Amino acid sequence: MNRLTIVGLIIVVILVAVAIFAPWIATHDVGTTNLSIRYLGPSAQHFFGTDSTGRDIFSRVVFGARISLKVGIVVVAISALVGTLLGALAGYYGGWIDRIVSGYVFNVFLAFPGLLLAIAMVAFLGAGLNKLILALCIIGWVGYARLIRGQVLKVREYDFVQAARALGASDARILFIHILPNAVQPLIVQASLGMAGAVLSEASLSFLGLGVPPPAPSWGVMIEEARDLSTLQAAPHALIFPGLAIALTVLAFNFIGDGLREYLDPKQRAR
Amino acid sequence: MRSFFKHKFFPLLRRFVIFLLVVWTVVSLVTLLIELVPGDPAVSVLGEQATPEQIEQFRQLHGLDSPPFFFSFPRDDSGDRHFRWHGSHNRYTEYWVALLHGDMGRSFRTDRPVLDLIKERYPATIELALAALLVAVFIAIPLGVFAGKNRGTWIDNAASVIALIGISLPGFVIGPLLVYVFAVKLDWLPPSGRFDFTYLILPAVTLGAALSAILTRMVRSSVIEELNEDYVRTARAKGLSETKVVYKHVLKNGLIPVVTILGLQLGILLAGAIITEKIFGWPGLGLLLVEDGIGKRDYRVVQGCVLVISITYIVANMLTDMVYRWLDPRIRLS
Repeated sequence: MNRLTIVGLIIVVILVAVAIFAPWIATHDVGTTNLSIRYLGPSAQHFFGTDSTGRDIFSRVVFGARISLKVGIVVVAISALVGTLLGALAGYYGGWIDRIVSGYVFNVFLAFPGLLLAIAMVAFLGAGLNKLILALCIIGWVGYARLIRGQVLKVREYDFVQAARALGASDARILFIHILPNAVQPLIVQASLGMAGAVLSEASLSFLGLGVPPPAPSWGVMIEEARDLSTLQAAPHALIFPGLAIALTVLAFNFIGDGLREYLDPKQRAR
Repeated sequence: MRSFFKHKFFPLLRRFVIFLLVVWTVVSLVTLLIELVPGDPAVSVLGEQATPEQIEQFRQLHGLDSPPFFFSFPRDDSGDRHFRWHGSHNRYTEYWVALLHGDMGRSFRTDRPVLDLIKERYPATIELALAALLVAVFIAIPLGVFAGKNRGTWIDNAASVIALIGISLPGFVIGPLLVYVFAVKLDWLPPSGRFDFTYLILPAVTLGAALSAILTRMVRSSVIEELNEDYVRTARAKGLSETKVVYKHVLKNGLIPVVTILGLQLGILLAGAIITEKIFGWPGLGLLLVEDGIGKRDYRVVQGCVLVISITYIVANMLTDMVYRWLDPRIRLS
């Protein structure tokens, strides 16, 4: 484990704690507006200052962690599950299933810039947290499927798989008991990078007004609200703190993913 | 002759068939996505107060009066669903037929042909994407080479961390920050719009930042890999200077994988352009999509934009693939 991975892990642990204990950590109500105290700088009263409608930015950033992590965890869990299943089936059975999944489905999904597909889907479905999660899952599963397919193709040729087959094990048993446990290691790397991607996508879509609707303290929404010129002039901290939160979160998951990849891939480690 | 078919013609044919399949799927998805709109698009555009005549007129004008697809499962009087065949007179085929005639329908709001709207905006997006690419290459190649040459030193570590930070900082954070520093505080550059060259700088840097970070990492690992090759030892043994070794020999080979990444990143660039254009009011396809299309529920415009961005991406990817094959003959044969 290198140092950056540890740093990433520490940030993620703090983040999860903040998300879980948000109601106790937040110092103010996230929705209460008060125009008489707008644009305040950071102080002991308001750690991160207040925004253009006088809401406490610290509390909003704290509750924003909940939205980001929720989206990230749900999206990664569903995409990884669906991707693993389809990728494993395609890799294990080969033949026409594989030809359809890897020859056609993969190419189609890779042909779409992921974010664009999510934007298009949400544009037609309407904005909202669940629709956003659905859209991110639809673009997300392909990465896992490709990865697992490649792994399964490799592992299924190993001797212990041949041995299991010779002993008369069923396809399901071979695939789930023998092949998959030996094929899922790189999935952890992908999942970690996937968390970074999902958090980023949620913020991007919310920034565009296509994710969580505005009063909710999503980091993307906060940045969108903080970026008009008058707010920038009066309260740049309204932009900086949620921006920092996104950057730190994404950076932490990227650190972990990168570190794990190096750790799991001896070839890179030796270099 | 046989080897020509096996190694050149068939792989090319296969790629072309996949290309057609992908384009067909993308167009179909874009055509059918409009059916996801909750409720009636005509009502959502015209508003609840619209009279039935207005709605009927609107549906006729935009071809929304025909059935959505070849078949449907409408409910009969008793509430059961039955299969019904509509034949070729449906929105799906009509969109395709129109598209093949170069017609993407008319805007629900302004009644202007969508193709005209897109033609107006397309050059701005391409200009922004190319400028961002240039920014990225100019940052990434020197930084990546420098890090790769000094592998394992603090310079390398610093470059790697900078690159990771660049990947983690999204455009919608960098963009407004740049606006704050260079437009609000220093008043050096304009915050938004598209008039002269100065308006291009901030959007291009914003869009290029993430890409430059990804590229830096690519260039670095590529340089490290190539430095281990025999030809580098030969070049050094010949007495070439280290600069010549790196920039004439190593970089030439090391750039091959970078070209692929560049092509694949075009998608990120095009998708990122949507956000960048919104930040800087840059009048490209992304702004058309977000403000005129999604913001005003002009679904024809959304369809057109999504289609054009996707096709641009697909074609760019195919070109990348061809350049890659041309650069590295080993791939052509395997």
